[in-house]
Amino acid sequence: MADAEIIPLGTRGRPGRGSGRTKPSAAARNLAPARTAPKAKPPVEPAAPAESVAPAEPDPVEERAVAPDPVEQRPVEQPPAAEATEPDVAAPGAHDPIDPNEAADPTPRPGATTRDRMPGIPVSDWAAALATGAREVLGEAGLRHRINGDYEVDEYGFDREIAEKLFLAVLRPIAEKWFRIEVRGAENIPTEGGALVVSNHSGTIPVDGLMTGFVIHEHAGRHLRPLGADLVFRLPVVANLARKAGATLACNEDAERMLSGGELVGVWPEGFKGIGKPYSERYKLQRFGRGGFVSAAMRTGVPIIPCSVVGAEEIYPLVGNVPSLARLLGVPYIPITPLFPWLGPLGLVPLPSKWLIEFGEPIRTDSYDEGAADDPMLVFNVTDQVRETIQQTLYSLLMQRRSVFG
Amino acid sequence: MGRVVLVTGISRGLALRFARGLTGEPGIDRVIGVDVTPPRGDLGAVQFVRADIRNPVIAKVIAKEDVDTVVHMSVVATPGDNAGRSSMKELNVIGTMQLLAACQRAPGLRHLVVKSSTTVYGASSRDPAMFTEDMPPKRLPRSGYAKDVYEVEGYVRGFARRRSDVTVTMLRCANSIGPRITSPLAQYFRLPVIPRVLGYDARMQFLHETDLLEVLRHATFAGVHGTFNVAGDGIMTLSQAIRRTGKPSVMVPGFAAMTAGSLMRQTKLVDFSAEQVKFLTYGRGVDTSACARVLGFRPRYTTAEAFADFVESLPPGLTAPSRLLVDHVGAPVPGGDRG
Repeated sequence: MADAEIIPLGTRGRPGRGSGRTKPSAAARNLAPARTAPKAKPPVEPAAPAESVAPAEPDPVEERAVAPDPVEQRPVEQPPAAEATEPDVAAPGAHDPIDPNEAADPTPRPGATTRDRMPGIPVSDWAAALATGAREVLGEAGLRHRINGDYEVDEYGFDREIAEKLFLAVLRPIAEKWFRIEVRGAENIPTEGGALVVSNHSGTIPVDGLMTGFVIHEHAGRHLRPLGADLVFRLPVVANLARKAGATLACNEDAERMLSGGELVGVWPEGFKGIGKPYSERYKLQRFGRGGFVSAAMRTGVPIIPCSVVGAEEIYPLVGNVPSLARLLGVPYIPITPLFPWLGPLGLVPLPSKWLIEFGEPIRTDSYDEGAADDPMLVFNVTDQVRETIQQTLYSLLMQRRSVFG
Repeated sequence: MGRVVLVTGISRGLALRFARGLTGEPGIDRVIGVDVTPPRGDLGAVQFVRADIRNPVIAKVIAKEDVDTVVHMSVVATPGDNAGRSSMKELNVIGTMQLLAACQRAPGLRHLVVKSSTTVYGASSRDPAMFTEDMPPKRLPRSGYAKDVYEVEGYVRGFARRRSDVTVTMLRCANSIGPRITSPLAQYFRLPVIPRVLGYDARMQFLHETDLLEVLRHATFAGVHGTFNVAGDGIMTLSQAIRRTGKPSVMVPGFAAMTAGSLMRQTKLVDFSAEQVKFLTYGRGVDTSACARVLGFRPRYTTAEAFADFVESLPPGLTAPSRLLVDHVGAPVPGGDRG
């Protein structure tokens, strides 16, 4: 009896779950179709500081912001075996043998935005952005008509002039220089007519929504009209800015009204569950609400465009929460990040993670018949389909991203 | 034989103007105005009957005069000069109940037109951007004018069920504005310095006073059954409206807005009620497509034009184009350059 072997059920004594085989399950392999990754976790190195990444690149070209050389395009389908197994992605030697492969890769999907490797926005850029915005809004002929109130807002309170000239000008350096956003599948954004962009939500503060709106305006020339939570419209200043920037309340009435009005509407069905989830659960999609966005799209017959955002999870890693204070203030959570509130306002500066945004192929909803929107099973199925698409894209984008700050 | 129209609340300027306008119309035999106090202005051809609609006497008036159309305009937003909130509520709610009771017993009645208000939708942060007629308010009004209107509409719906042979037109009118309007909102915009709630920018719609009279006239003749939102096209934000008056504004934080409102109420500057403060915080928008499609009425003035007409009646503000130290070449004409 003393030497009786205690074997936990189903694992043959090895730690972990499932069959006990060392190979990942079929489901896990499906999640990472490109290769057999021994690591299920996304290759995230929160400990690797930005400055150790940056000098590791011996690229002579990289200092030039707009290198004309197509070889320098960061390929997305690099054979990542070395990267995923190596814990030290940033080591200088790790990339050198890969670089020829990259150059020889026959189908490099081009990243759409700047390839600056160093995160950071020069002060001059900031000054220029603010000056441009201020000049556009206030200067020349602008000042007078702003003071006299001679401008137009639409029925949701969207002030096109402020949005185009001020908000986008302020977001530009953040998107291009700080987060170095790379956009894939921009051709999937319809250039006209109503459409519903459905995206994952993360990052403690909804910066991802702003950035998605920015890249859509950059690539498709359209304004994303976000649907915001109740809280957004209850908070002073935030409510005002949200309406000016084109947002409206996330309710069926407004969603259907905007979609049938031919607007490009953005929705983040995870809501506060997604944006306020702890850092340990990054890139795991939360429940997609009640699928109200699907029934709104079905009723109006507009396509659903899944959008996956990688990078927003790391801008404010949420490591703690103060639920009692949050309840007291009537907000969903009080975030504690490695920098906030310890560094005060400095802790509000987002970490300069590398962002990838991919727009998936539109999912058509106009082929369903009349009562489809009232068929809960169908709505749930389509909701799951959208959710799965985004989750899969997230995993594959994570495989392609070389490091958090890379 | 022409029609006999009874107009309630004739002592108010708008009702009187409407009744006087009706008298000249072809097909209208007589116009009877009813109120407790006689109207101050020129009555013209309108017959005035001094009767209290809170009193069953109104039934006798309807029966004796053979009234076939009732235009109910005495649901009021302000208590008036000498009365308080309780008498206003009595006039609005009990008055409507008595009037509808009298209407139900009048066999010759064919049309009922009720001037309601978009206030019935309330104003809150959870409102949809544009209310259509079938949307209920997100929060039921608990006091004041909004609650009166909500209850009045309930009684009118009950009446429409019981007397299905009467066409009932309920007009939910947006805030009316114009040179001759003296509503709380108009008084607010007439203040020398306009207070507003910090961090919010209410969306607003206005209905020009001539459009208000016009839609009542249209509804009287059209005889379309249903409830309709009536407002000028387009939306203005409060900050935009204040800028167009050219007056300075002062920001009041949200928690102090109620106190500031009641203070102004006591000093008789403006009649600021709780729902007024909410409206100036969150604003409201209503969808008017049914009004154009079913009722067949389009306001002549847009929201911006109606407000521009109102601004012209104000003394020029600090930042009015004529006062700005800039060249006038290419200066925008107020209200004249809608996009």
